[in-house]
Formats: sequence, structure tokens, C-alpha cells
Amino acid sequence: MCLAVPAKIVELNDSTATISVEGALREVDVSLIEEPRLGDYVLVHAGFAIHKWDKSEVEELEAIRAATDLREVLT
Amino acid sequence: MKTLVETVDELAGRVGRDVKFMEVCGTHTMVAFRTGLRQLLPPGVCLISGPGCPVCVTGINYIDAAIELCRQPGVIVATFGDLLRVPGSDSSLERERAAGANVRIVYSPSDALVLARECPSKRVVFLGVGFETTAPTVAWAIFRAARDGVSNFSVLCAHKTMPHAMEALLKDQQVEIDGFICPGHVSVITGSAMYRFIAEQYRIPCVVSGFEAWDMLKSVEMLLRQVVEGRAEVEVEYSRSVTERGNVAAQRLMEEVFEECDAGWRGIGTIGKSGLAIRPKYAAFDAARVFEVKYGEAHVNPLCRCGGILRGVYTPLDCKLFGRACTPTNPLGPCMVSSEGTCAAYYKYEGRLAA
Amino acid sequence: MKHDRILLAHGGGGSLTRRLIEEIFEPEFDNPILRPLDDSAVLVMDGKGYAFTTDSYVVKPYFFPGGDIGRLAVCGTVNDLAMQGAQPYWFSLSFILEEGLPWADLQKIVQSIRKTAAEVGVEIVTGDTKVVERGKCEGLYINTAGIGRIQTPNWLGSANAKHGDVVILNGSLGEHGVAVMSQREGIAFQTSVVSDCAPLWPLVKEILSTGVEIHAMRDPTRGGLAMAVCDIANASGVGIRLVESALPVSREVRGACELLGLDPLTIANEGKVIVICRRVDAESVLAAMRRHPLGKDARIIGEVMEKPVGMALLRTTIGGERIIDMPTGEDLPRIC
Repeated sequence: MCLAVPAKIVELNDSTATISVEGALREVDVSLIEEPRLGDYVLVHAGFAIHKWDKSEVEELEAIRAATDLREVLT
Repeated sequence: MKTLVETVDELAGRVGRDVKFMEVCGTHTMVAFRTGLRQLLPPGVCLISGPGCPVCVTGINYIDAAIELCRQPGVIVATFGDLLRVPGSDSSLERERAAGANVRIVYSPSDALVLARECPSKRVVFLGVGFETTAPTVAWAIFRAARDGVSNFSVLCAHKTMPHAMEALLKDQQVEIDGFICPGHVSVITGSAMYRFIAEQYRIPCVVSGFEAWDMLKSVEMLLRQVVEGRAEVEVEYSRSVTERGNVAAQRLMEEVFEECDAGWRGIGTIGKSGLAIRPKYAAFDAARVFEVKYGEAHVNPLCRCGGILRGVYTPLDCKLFGRACTPTNPLGPCMVSSEGTCAAYYKYEGRLAA
Repeated sequence: MKHDRILLAHGGGGSLTRRLIEEIFEPEFDNPILRPLDDSAVLVMDGKGYAFTTDSYVVKPYFFPGGDIGRLAVCGTVNDLAMQGAQPYWFSLSFILEEGLPWADLQKIVQSIRKTAAEVGVEIVTGDTKVVERGKCEGLYINTAGIGRIQTPNWLGSANAKHGDVVILNGSLGEHGVAVMSQREGIAFQTSVVSDCAPLWPLVKEILSTGVEIHAMRDPTRGGLAMAVCDIANASGVGIRLVESALPVSREVRGACELLGLDPLTIANEGKVIVICRRVDAESVLAAMRRHPLGKDARIIGEVMEKPVGMALLRTTIGGERIIDMPTGEDLPRIC
């Protein structure tokens, strides 16, 4: 239920935006975050963006996802 | 360079006794099971699931009330998919739909509002279930409905909040917890400062965790470190999304639309100030008032152990009904039917291997 | 809660569909030919083996990215025959049309049927048409039944997987389901994913041409790969372990699944096949598959084990292990 997905803003209107999750597009409401911009990454839950990420945070997630078998040594 | 798994093993060894860490978020429950993370933990570290699944802690009487509503002519009940199959006293929304009731699955409360706008002759009732991650989105829907005069929209509110529930668990004599893995997305909204009282008053370590398996394992590492070093603090593993203050806009919206109330948590009982009720100002959008809903007494199967499971006192394997009379296709209790319920997780991903 | 009415989930191809078959149909119709409940029935006439199958198509909407209900109606039945090692020959074609269905839509669909049938040499030899009042079926429903000639010397079936076998998959998962879902009202998301709907007989022919003894083949349609491996593990009395990092899922399908909270393992495919054969034969099978466009991404995705009996497991990307559960079936209605 607390499913929230990281997504990129690819189109912006007033209080809504089109976000992309690896190419899957959806319209969400952006009223709950401050100053959304095109290209921003946001966390989406139940059709709303609830948090805006900066670049380093996105990179952190990508690094975590790239790390696969947790028993392998992470360099 | 050590791996995370090895570090956790080593720290667990230093603790020198078994520890129990509880997560209180249905999505954390699912990640732990779905990724097989639990097998990577050393034997002395036990991950238990608390009341983190909002569907599981919602009383049967709420489902019964929703069923009553969907049986009324001209009513559309809009709900998240999670509630569709939850058994009420003698039916479910899925069965009502099969019998002709207008029940629609939506992915967002704003979809329900759109539905209300598109069907002015129908009354749309959105089932508001969820914790602090979801509550602001429902608050938004009510706020907009009021602003735009969408008078055929209302919410049957059963939202709950975490902190008092976590406290109630700590006061429960049967429950033993050495640390909390705190819900990541609830914390995005509320901020991590909300858990300070648990660390300070109750001396229980807290780590706010993200939702990758790596995040959860890292959080276990951070909790073990606190235990080894004798600390009890609120740390944030999920720093990429969680701040101390949280999402102020969301908090303000919740404050505007909702007020604190006591709430019944299935299997735990009433917990003071752990629920959200729609303020009188928005009474016109409160389905309980609009439809004069009377919550009845719920009939619970006496053998159902969901209550104890929700408090982390039992595992599904302790329940006589688990895997026999109670299965995902024939669920007797909420922990089995919810997509994030502990029993569903065990059954789907693990329990039958152990049995 | 005992079911006293049919639920949408009963059509999902998952455990509820199985329940429906066990409780309503099996008791009335049990016989040795039906009993395996494989993709096709195997008939022996004058010493020759034939496969016979039927399927109904209720996909909504009936035009979707990558195909339409007509193409699906041919592919689905061709593929059920192919799973039994049978070359498709003769089909029946039945329509239930809704009053008000645009003539041009029907024409397009029928042309699609003709083209797809021609791809594999199928002849439509008999048919039927009914029309129902407006509102009683959304557009049209199609049923096809097909007869094919079995080309394998040994029996192929879900009950034939053996300890030590490998599980091979020809390509990426979840495309058909995601493509259809993106066209549904009320779900409102867009994607570039296109249905993988394709007739598999030409690929299967390549596989059979190796002369290798294939134990089982299965096309993971409703219920997805999860349903297929659970079924085989159960019918063969073996365990199956898949390796998550070996499962091919495109970026776009993964994104759609994340957005909608779905598991790619449970989403319908219409141009995919899993092939179960001995490990020593895997290389020949893979080589044959990779020669064909529908098999260019073929790879081993798992293995068949002695235990745990009747269960499918997944070795996850982080190195853990979990059960692959039989999907219940209510993820999405009317996907095929």
C-alpha cells in the first residue's frame, strides 16, 4: 500500500505532470511538492508526487539497484 | 572489503543474543519476502512484521459498512484494489460486484473525484484506507471536492497513523522488540522526527528504511550497530527520500481536512489518537455522516490468529487455519487476503517451504 | 467463503480458474483424453497422433498495440497445438457479434485472421456467426477450435518434466498484458510496449527439427510464466527453480509493472514459449531457437529439480529464494 515509485517528469502543467517510469507514462498531481520542474525525479504514490529528488539521490538509487547479489563483494 | 551480509553477520555475533526487529509497513513486509531477504539474515536476527498493512488493521465492520453502501441504488463505491477481496462478515466487495453492485477499482483518490464529476447523478464513495502516505492524497480529494462543489463525492474514512500504534506495541507485555524498522514512505510525509519519542522515552533504536532489499539489510545493520553500541536513536537509512521535517504541504493539507481521533485496530483494540476523522467543516464529504453509517459488531472467526500476528506475537505458522482452511483463494482473515498481509506473504513466498 | 457466483477472477487463468475446472467441469467430464488438461487434447486415430484444442477470445479492447482479437484468435489456438508438438491444419471459427459493431472493424479483424492463418498454413474449414443485442457483449467474441498433426515421436505434456531438465524461454516477458492494459479505460497510463502476439509453430518446428527429445512446452498466457511453471511442477511432481536475473524483461515492461504494482511473472504473453528438455540437449535447442526471429533471445531461465515436489521457486537477484506462487487470477480481466 505504501508503494511509491520513482519517476521522471516529462511534461508539466499547472498542478499536474506526466511522469515516466522507464518509459511508462502517467499523469500525476504535483500539488504536494514544491516547484516541480521538467526533468525532475519525483516519488509517486496513489497518483500524487510526494517528494522531489535531486540528482545525487537518483544516482544513489541507481547504484543500489545495480548492486545485485548481496553476497557478492560490493566495491 | 566486506559485504553487507558479512557485516550484519559479524554485528549479530557481537550482540551475543537473539534480537527481534519489527517492521511496520506492509510494503517492507513484501520486499523482505519477495526478495528472499529473510534468508540472508543470520539466525540470531529475527525480522517480525507488525501492523503495517492498513487493510489488515481495518475492522470487518468497515468492510460491512462499505458493502452496505455499495448495495444502495445510485452509489458507486470507488476503492483501491487491495480492499476488493477482503472478507466482511458474510460477503466481500468482489462478490457484491459479481452480484451487480457498482464497485470500481481506482489507482488514486483523484480518479474517484473524476468519477464523481463524470457521473453527477451517482454518489461516489471513496474508501479511505491507508496510513500517512495515503492520507494527504485523500485530503487533497476532499479539499478539491469542497472547493469545486463536487457534492456527490464523499470518503468513508478509516485512515490511521503510526506513532501511537508503535507506542501501543511497546506497552504490550507480549510484544518484544529490540528495534523498529520505520516505514519509509510514511516518513517522507511525516518526517523522521516523529519517532524520536520512541528512542528517547522507550530506549528503542529506530531506523527509517527504504524499499530496496539493500536498504532493508542496511537498516538491519544500522539497528544492530545501535544495539551493540548501546544507543537508542532515530537514524535515517532512506536519506534520499526522508528528511526530519517531512513534506510540509502534505502535512498542512492533512491538518486542514482531518482531525485526530481514537481508532480501532483489528487485533490490537482501540488506540487513542491513532486515527484520522474528517473535520466537521468537511462534513458534506464525510460518507459516514452523509449516509448515516452505523458500524456494527464484527463476527471474527475464533480460530483466526490475525490479531496476534499483527502484533508480532505469532507467526502465521502458529495459526491452525493457515494454509488449510485459510488460503489466498479462500481467505478467512485480513492478513491472508491483503496483498501485503503477513499471512499472504508467508503463503505466497515462504511458509510452505518451512512447513 | 464459498463461491455461489462466478467472479471475474475465475477467468484469470490462475488458481481460481483451476478451482472452477476442478469443482464444476472435471466431475462431469472426466475421461482419459481430457484428464491431462494440457494445452491440447491428444487423439490417436488410425495409429496417427492428432492434437485438438479450443479457445475463446474476449480481449478488450479488440484492437490493441501489436495486434487485434482476430490475430490473437489464430495465434492462441496455433500455439496450444504447437505446445503438443502439432503442426496446425484445420480451424473452426465462431463469432458472437454485438448489434452495432462497425462493419469496417469486423472486416479488419477477419482480414487479420486470414493473414495470420496464412502465416502458418492454417485453413478455416467451418464456422458460425451469432449476433446478440447491443450491450450484451462488447463488440465481439471469437471462438476457434483447431486440429493439428503431432510431429513428435514422444508425448509432450505438463506431466513430463524430469529432474535434471532445464527450462528455456524464447524472449521477453509481459508484453501482451502490458500492451492491452495500456488501452483500458480507468487505468490511464501510456507505454510504447507492443503485444508479442505471434504464432509459435514455425519456432517449434525448428526446435523439433533438432530431433532432441523435448519433455514439455508451454506458452505462458493468462497467469503468465508463474502459472505455467506452477502447473508443470505440480503435474510432473517435480520442483522448478527459476533464476530472476536470467528472466528477460524489457525496460518498458518493468516500468509499467512498477507503476501499476504488478509482477512481470504473472502477466500474459502471447508469443512466448518455455521449453523443457534435458540439460545435455539445451545447446542444440538454443541454437535452433536462435536461428528463428521469435527465438533470437532464447536462454536458459531455470532448472527442474527433484524437490520441493510440486512447487516453483525463484532465486532472487539478491541471492535469496522464494516461492513462485500460483497467481489467483484477478490482476486484470479480459486480457486474452
